[in-house]
Amino acid sequence: MMAKKTREAPRLRESAALAVSPNGRRATTRAPSLLTPRFSIIRDRERCIGCQVCVRQCSFDAQAYDAAEDEVYGIDANCVGCQRCVAFCPTDALTVTERPDRYRQNFNWRSDVIDDIKRQAETGGMLLTGMGNDKAQPIYWDHLLLNASQVTNPSIDPLREPMELRAYLGQKPERVRLEGDRPQPETPFPPQVLIETPILFSAMSYGAVSLNVQESLARAAAEVGTLFNTGEGGLHRKLRGYAGSTIVQVASGRFGVDSEYLNLGRIVEIKIGQGAKPGIGGHLPGHKVSADVSATRMIPTGTDALSPAPHHDIYSIEDLAQLIYALKEATNYSKPVAVKIAAVHNSAAIASGIVRAGADIIAIDGLRGATGAAPKVIRDNVGIPIELALAAVDTRLRQEGIRNRVSIIAAGGIRGSGDVVKAIALGADAVYIGTAALVALGCTVCQQCPTGRCAWGICTTDPFLSKRVNPEIGAQRLINLLRGWSLEIKEMLGGMGINALESLRGNRHHLRAVGLNEAEMAALGVRVAGT
Amino acid sequence: MKIDAANMHYRDLNRLLREAVSRSARRLELQNVFGQRYIGTNLAGTTRIDIYGTPGNDLGAFMDGPTIVVHGNAQDGCGNTMNEGKIVVEGRAGDITGLAARGGKLFIRDDVGYRAGIHMKQYDGKRPLLVIGGTAQDFLGEYMAGGIIVLLGLTLRPGERHKTNLVGTGMHGGAIYVRGPLDERQLGEGVQLGEPEGKERLLLARLVGEFARHFDYDAQQIMAGDFLKLTPVSLRPYGDLYTD
Repeated sequence: MMAKKTREAPRLRESAALAVSPNGRRATTRAPSLLTPRFSIIRDRERCIGCQVCVRQCSFDAQAYDAAEDEVYGIDANCVGCQRCVAFCPTDALTVTERPDRYRQNFNWRSDVIDDIKRQAETGGMLLTGMGNDKAQPIYWDHLLLNASQVTNPSIDPLREPMELRAYLGQKPERVRLEGDRPQPETPFPPQVLIETPILFSAMSYGAVSLNVQESLARAAAEVGTLFNTGEGGLHRKLRGYAGSTIVQVASGRFGVDSEYLNLGRIVEIKIGQGAKPGIGGHLPGHKVSADVSATRMIPTGTDALSPAPHHDIYSIEDLAQLIYALKEATNYSKPVAVKIAAVHNSAAIASGIVRAGADIIAIDGLRGATGAAPKVIRDNVGIPIELALAAVDTRLRQEGIRNRVSIIAAGGIRGSGDVVKAIALGADAVYIGTAALVALGCTVCQQCPTGRCAWGICTTDPFLSKRVNPEIGAQRLINLLRGWSLEIKEMLGGMGINALESLRGNRHHLRAVGLNEAEMAALGVRVAGT
Repeated sequence: MKIDAANMHYRDLNRLLREAVSRSARRLELQNVFGQRYIGTNLAGTTRIDIYGTPGNDLGAFMDGPTIVVHGNAQDGCGNTMNEGKIVVEGRAGDITGLAARGGKLFIRDDVGYRAGIHMKQYDGKRPLLVIGGTAQDFLGEYMAGGIIVLLGLTLRPGERHKTNLVGTGMHGGAIYVRGPLDERQLGEGVQLGEPEGKERLLLARLVGEFARHFDYDAQQIMAGDFLKLTPVSLRPYGDLYTD
């Protein structure tokens, strides 16, 4: 026992410095880190058979093998709590748990606050993080409850009756005049995109996520009859066969945007903002720009892929209209053009401007929307919850009589079918899911995305790690998820006595609030439960 | 084929252009163009389009092959995200000329507005080339990730410096060649000064030659001037801003 202790002590000290800069960029010149390990790797020696699966699975160097002692051991300081080793340990010998009471308890100076300060004192940089806001701001979905039919109106049994979850995305005409046997719209019908379930996969670019992840999303979308979104990193050659299930994105960096790309997708989405980082651009670090990423983005290898904060051709609603119509011209008015914005204070007025600029779809990404990399201070402090933004936008567009001119996609923190139904009732036509889709592929929301070392093989371009997601299995898991959610949505709709999703859109009478104040209920346009 | 664009909406004009180009028209002449946007957007092929009058914003956006000659001035966003082809402007062009272009050539006889060449990139065999006869406003070549910008200073009065400040801010690829007075203070952060050498001078001579042919300048006289070369210090200008 004594021998073991003396061996482990120096190892912990040296790894503490590594933990600060896992890529080793600056670790060599730095003094030892003052951060304490956040996670404990607990190994049940009775169960451990020394197979080293954990060592091979860990991409953060938190599991190691000592050949001299023939022993597997953990390095707590390097552990990010992603649970990859725990999931793959064949004898369930491992527990990875967050260390309690790391610092003296304090409601103000929480351990995450102390950690952040120490890390910045050691590096002098902006703290980078991944995934969505993990702070305790209110989650309004959890304060909204759905209605169900009792006695006075019949509920519908979705196992017996047809239930429709279809949505058509795109601008709807002002009037439809029906003539004779063949109904003819009075005005030319703008392009519509049919989705079989109101759930789309949110923008996740190749470069941020691996190609296997994108392929999983693309295959699942094609199978289910919905769409995946390329993000701003272009569309890889390998995925061009899924063009019929693709939303192609145009962001400020214009990566991979050419005539072919624009005309491949079903929808062209202009990315103005993202819920995880409203108002700022994106930097895909040069070390993630591999030859293959470079080919898809059509940029040189090894250079940073910089997306400026603004589109430099968009400084106003008029300029946005110009880009919308440039894209419509480029695609010969054959497909809807979407505009994605982050949910911010004036979303309603901005959305009105976007509709008037000619957008066919508005995607609104809320405070809890995720990212592959964002400054932590932005992710956790900028933007507003999707529930409030969605309600405000839907209300405003109705008041102005222009709600029909646009479809609304709500994004940012949709965790389950309950959230989807509530979003539809608040006014959305459909929702984007990002984090939920990645969780279906294995993600445990450990927030290490910007390191590019994702042990689950999701947010990485490392060819070795990328293989951990098998597109066939990944697609099946996503198909299962969407099937499960769709079945649940039908149950909820049936319970409300509704047999088509369209009948629920913006129908806030089906929502009641619990635990919200008057102002919040007014903003959401819902009444308190019991009234 | 001639098209009279007077009082024509850009949508109708561009539909005519698309039809003509799809029939592989070799030459189109647009008369009385008056601010119509998106002329030549997304067109492929090798058609030559002569524009008389003043085309509107986003001339040749996403363009993939044709040659556009503007017998007059161009507005903002000329050559936006262009992939291939050529735009020749016998006059000046506005802001964000060549925004995010990936390929093709732009020759502007006189000056350009702000942020010309912003986010130009290059990939594989594709490299956008932007030659500006006069001077540019601020942020020339901002965020540039590839391609070549040549700024010739032919509209400057004797002794006058180039207008642009903050040249190449955030640049992380490509090169800007400047003829005529440019003070080191006018450079953006992360840009280094040098002089074109060997192959670079050959490329410059070729571009200046093509420029001179379009606008009846004497190429040798232009090349006799001194050229500066501006290149990025780093491929990753913002690599050290963050902590994982």
